[in-house]
Amino acid sequence: MAIAPEPAGRPDTAPAAQAPLLVVEDIVKRFATPDGELIAVDHVSFDVKPGEFVGVIGPSGCGKSTLFNIIGGLLDDYEGTVRVAGERVRGPHPAIGMIFQEESTFPWRSVIDNVAFPLEIAGMGRRERHERARHFVKLVGLDGFERRYPAQLSGGMRQRVSMARTLASEPKILLMDEPFASLDEQTRLLLGDKVLQIQQQLAQTTLLITHNITEAVQLADRILVMTYRPGRIKRVVDIALPRPRSSQIVSSEAFGRHVAQIWSDLREEASLGLQDEDSAYGRERRA
Amino acid sequence: MSAANPGARHFPLLVGMGALSAFFAGIEILVRIDVINRFIVPMPSQVIASFERVIVEEDVVARFWLTFQEAFIAGAMIAIVGISLGILLYRVEILRRATETWVAAMASAPTVLIYPLFLVIFGRSMWTIVMMGFVAGLPPVILKTIEGLAGTRRVLIEVGRSFNLTARQIFTKIMLPSALPTIFVGVRLGLIFTLINVVGVEFLINFGGLGQLINDLAERYDLAGTYASIAFVILVSVFFFVVTEWVEKCLVPER
Repeated sequence: MAIAPEPAGRPDTAPAAQAPLLVVEDIVKRFATPDGELIAVDHVSFDVKPGEFVGVIGPSGCGKSTLFNIIGGLLDDYEGTVRVAGERVRGPHPAIGMIFQEESTFPWRSVIDNVAFPLEIAGMGRRERHERARHFVKLVGLDGFERRYPAQLSGGMRQRVSMARTLASEPKILLMDEPFASLDEQTRLLLGDKVLQIQQQLAQTTLLITHNITEAVQLADRILVMTYRPGRIKRVVDIALPRPRSSQIVSSEAFGRHVAQIWSDLREEASLGLQDEDSAYGRERRA
Repeated sequence: MSAANPGARHFPLLVGMGALSAFFAGIEILVRIDVINRFIVPMPSQVIASFERVIVEEDVVARFWLTFQEAFIAGAMIAIVGISLGILLYRVEILRRATETWVAAMASAPTVLIYPLFLVIFGRSMWTIVMMGFVAGLPPVILKTIEGLAGTRRVLIEVGRSFNLTARQIFTKIMLPSALPTIFVGVRLGLIFTLINVVGVEFLINFGGLGQLINDLAERYDLAGTYASIAFVILVSVFFFVVTEWVEKCLVPER
C-alpha cells in the first residue's frame, strides 16, 4: 500500500511511463450564490494514464459532480484546462463517455435501441448498429433482454444498459459519476465485478467519481481523496491490490487497510460537511 | 399470468360489462316500481327497443357520419395545432409567460357560449361546429405539450449533450419522445372537450348530426329515442378513445 500526502497543485506521483490520456490541470470552478461566491473546485490537477482506473472520492458537497461535469464538457465557465490525448476539451468530447448517477436509460427505447443510440446518432444503418449494440449488450451480461424496455428491468440492469450505451460509442475514457449510488450493496458489489471484467477486457481507461470507499477501493488503481468545500485533492492513494480483482477482495486484509486509511482522511472532511449542513439548517430555521 | 390463465385477460372486460348490465337492470327495476319517474328516465328495455326505429326512421348512419367527420377534423386540428403551439410556447419563453395563464383560463371557460360569433364568421355550416370543437379542445393539448416538454428529466438531456447531440437532435430524439405520454393525455382531454362541443353545437344550431337528432327527439318527447341517440354519441367517443389508444401504443411503447 502506497499512501502519499499531496500538497496543493499536481498530486499525481505515478511514474510517467506512458503519456497520460486525460490531463486535468488547475481546475477552479466558482458559483455565485445568495451568500456570496462559492468555490466548488479549487485548483484540482491530476492525470489518468491509458488503461488506468482512477477513483475520485470525497464527501457530499466536495465538488465531485462539478468535476465530473467539467471533465465531460457539460460545464463551462471554469478556470484551468482539461485535455484528452493532448486535445483541449471545450464541450462534450467524443473521446469521453459519461455514465450518470441518475437512472438515464430512455424509457421509450428497448434495450437494443438504447444501446444503439450513439451509433444511430453517428448515422450508422439499423442492421449494423444493432449488430454492434448486441456485442455491448452481451458485454454487460444482458443478452436475451434486447427487446425489453427499461421499465421491465431492475435498477442494476438499467444501469448496465446505460453502461453498454456509453461503451457503444467506444470512448477513450469512461467517466462514471456514482453509477451504482441508487443500488443496494450486494448489487453494487456484483456490478463492480462486471465493471472490473469489462475494464479488463477492453483495457478501458476509467475515471470513477464516488463517495463509496468500498466501491472505490474495489475498482480503482489509484484514488484521489478530496477535501470538503472547496474541493481540493487532499491525498492520492495507490491501491496495491492484485488484478484481476473481484468482489471477493473486499474480505482481504489489504482491502480493509485501504478502506480504513481512506476513511481516516475522509472522516474529517465528512464531519466538516455535516457541521456545515447543520449550521445551514440552523440559519434557515432562525430565518 | 395471462399465459397461465387466458381467461384472466378478458376478466376486466367481463366485470365492466357485468357492472353496466347490473346498472341498467337496477334502473329498469327502479323505473318499473316508480321510484324513478318514467317520464324523465325511460326504461333501458324501451331504449334498446327504440334502436331499430332510430336507425331506420331517423337516418342515424348519415348523422353518425357527419358527427364523426366534424369530430375527426376538429380532433386532427387540435392535435396538429395544439402540439405545434405547445412546442412554440415551450421554446419561446416570453411568449409562454405572456400567454400560458390565458390558455389555462380558456381551458375552463364555457367556450360553447360564443357559438353565435362563430355562426357569424363561418355561417350555419359544418365549419362552425368544427371550429367550436377545435377551440374547446385546443387548450388542454397546448398545456399538456408544454408540461410534457418541461418535464423531460434533466439527466436525459445531459445524456444527449454527452453524446454531442445538436439542440435539434436533443429535441427530436429525447424531449419529444419523453413528452409523448403527457401530450397524449392532453390529446385525450382535448378530444373529450371537442366531442362535447361538436354535439352541443349541433344541438344548438340544429344543423345536423347526432346533436340535432337528440334535440329533435327530445322536442318530440321521445325519451327512449333520445337516449338511443346518446348511445350513438357514446359510440363516436369510444371510437376516438380506441383510435387514440392505438396510436399511443404505436408511438409510446411500454414504459
